[in-house]
Amino acid sequence: MIRDITIGQYYPSNSIIHKLDPRVKLMGAFVYVLSLFIFRGIAGFAAVTIGLAVLIWFSKVPFRYMVKGLKAIVVILAITAIFNLFLTPGKPLVSFWKFRITQEGLKSAAFMMVRLTYLILGSSVLTLTTTPNHLTDGMEKSLRPLNKIGIPVHEVSMIMSIALRFIPILVEETDKIMKAQLARGADFESGNLIKRAKSMVPLLVPLFISAFRRANDLAMAMEARCYNGGEGRTKMKPLKYARRDAAAYSFIAVYFIGIIMLRVWVQI
Amino acid sequence: MSIILDKVNYIYSEGTAYESHALRNINLRIEDGEFIGIIGHTGSGKSTLIQHLNGLMQATSGGIYYNGRDIYEEDYNKKELRSKVGLVFQYPEHQLFESTIFEDVCFGPKNLGLSKKEVELRAFSALRSIGLPVEYWYQSPFELSGGQKRRVAIAGVLAMKPEVLILDEPTAGLDPKGRDEILAQVAAMHQELNMTILLVSHSMEDVANYVGRIIVMNQGSVMMDGTPREVFGRYQELEAVGLAAPQVTYLIHELKKNGIPIEAEVTTLEEAKASILQVFEGRGKNQKQGTKQEML
Repeated sequence: MIRDITIGQYYPSNSIIHKLDPRVKLMGAFVYVLSLFIFRGIAGFAAVTIGLAVLIWFSKVPFRYMVKGLKAIVVILAITAIFNLFLTPGKPLVSFWKFRITQEGLKSAAFMMVRLTYLILGSSVLTLTTTPNHLTDGMEKSLRPLNKIGIPVHEVSMIMSIALRFIPILVEETDKIMKAQLARGADFESGNLIKRAKSMVPLLVPLFISAFRRANDLAMAMEARCYNGGEGRTKMKPLKYARRDAAAYSFIAVYFIGIIMLRVWVQI
Repeated sequence: MSIILDKVNYIYSEGTAYESHALRNINLRIEDGEFIGIIGHTGSGKSTLIQHLNGLMQATSGGIYYNGRDIYEEDYNKKELRSKVGLVFQYPEHQLFESTIFEDVCFGPKNLGLSKKEVELRAFSALRSIGLPVEYWYQSPFELSGGQKRRVAIAGVLAMKPEVLILDEPTAGLDPKGRDEILAQVAAMHQELNMTILLVSHSMEDVANYVGRIIVMNQGSVMMDGTPREVFGRYQELEAVGLAAPQVTYLIHELKKNGIPIEAEVTTLEEAKASILQVFEGRGKNQKQGTKQEML
C-alpha cells in the first residue's frame, strides 16, 4: 500500500536514458514540461504522446512501475477535472440544477488531466533513471550561474538531494510503524473521516519523532566529516559530456521546435 | 492448538528489478508452549517469516493455519489473530506515541474493544510483568532510557494477552544488563503464563540459554530445525553460512580434540561447567587409583 509511492525513486537499469548526463536530462525535463503547456489540439497532443512513449520505451523502466506513481495524484486529478468541467463558461452541453457542463469545459478538463498525468509520468522518468546524487550534481552544475546573483545553488541542491534520498527511507519507516501498530490492533482503514484522522496519530507521532532523530543524526554525521557547503568543494566523479549527450540535446531541440511549429501552424 | 505453515513462499516486488525471493517453501509446525529461537543472517527471511505468522504479510503462495483454521480465509478475523499472536518488532520503542506510558500500553487492549476497566487492568498487569516501577507509569515514554522504553513497548503487546509472543531481536542495541533483564522476563513469562514464544536473535548465547528448539534460516529456507544440542552440534555447517555456535561449544570441542574425554554436546555455560567438573572428578579418581597401583 504505502510502498506504492514511486516519486523520487531510482529504478536501476542500464538503458541509454540512464547513462545520459544528468544535465541533459534536466534540460530535457524542463523542455518537456514547457511543451506540455505549449501544445494545443489533437496534433500537439499526438506529438507529446509520441515523445513520452519514446522516452519511456528507451528508459527500459516497466510502464507498470511508472503508473504506480500516478496513484498518489488521483485526488488532485479528480479535483482539477471537476473544476474545469463545471466552471468553464461556454456553450452548454448538459445542465442540471445549478450545474452545467460546457463543451469548452469538457475539452479543458480532458486536456488538464492529460497535462497533469504526462507531467507526473515525464518527471518520474527523470527521477527513475537518475540517482539522487547524479541529479543534484547536474542541478548544481546547470544552475551555477545563479550563484553570481547570490542564490546558494550548492546548498539548495544539497537540500533537494537529501529530501529525495529520504523519501524511500521515510516510506519504509512509515511502513514499519504502520505494521507495528497493526500488530497492536490499530485500524487505519475503517470508520468515518474523524475516526480515520484520529487513527493517524499512532502513526504520525512516531514518524515525526523518527524524522527529527534522523535529521539530527545526519546533521551530526555531516559535521563530523567537516561539511561546510559548496565553497572549494571538488567532485570525485565530475560530470563529463559524451557523444550521446550531444545527440540527446539535438533530439530535445528538434522536439521543442516541432511542438512550437505545431502550435503555430496546425489548427486541429 | 498450533501454528502450521504449509509450503509458504514470499516474493518481494514481483516482476520488478527489485524482485527477491524472501521465503522459499517453508514448512513448520509450532506447538503450544514451545520456546523457539529463530536464528539466521541479515536478510535470511527471519523478519519476513514472523510477519506472516500474524497475517501482516500475505504469502505469495502456501497456507498458514492457526489453531486449525486457515488465516487466509475470507472471513477470518485478522484483528483477533493479531491479538492472539503478539508481535514485538525490532526497536519497538519507535512505536511509542502516547503522552503517558500507561496510556500507550492501553492502546492495544483498547483496540480490541474491551471495556475501560478491563483495558486498564490489562495495562496494569502488563506493566507489572515487565517490572517497571510504578512511579514511571504516568510519565512520558520519551523520557525513559532505551531499555526501559523497549520494555514498555513489549508491555504494549503483552497487554493484549497474546497466546503466542514473537520478539524480533528484542535485545538489539541494549547493554548486557538490559539484555539479561529482558530475556529473563521473557523466560519467566514463558514459564508462568505458559506462552508460546518465538525469539528472533543474532546472539547464539541468548538463544542457547533459553530456548528448547532452534530454527535456522538461510536464504529464505529453513536450514535446520531441532534442539540447541542438535543444531549447535553441527557448528561447522553454521559457520559455512556465516553463523556460529555459542562460544562454550567451541571450547568443549577444542578440549575434546586435545584428547579430553568430555561430553561434547554442550550448549550453555552451566552445562559446560557440569561436564568439565565431571571430567575433573573422573580424572581425580583415576589418578588416585594410578598412584595406588604404583605404590603396590
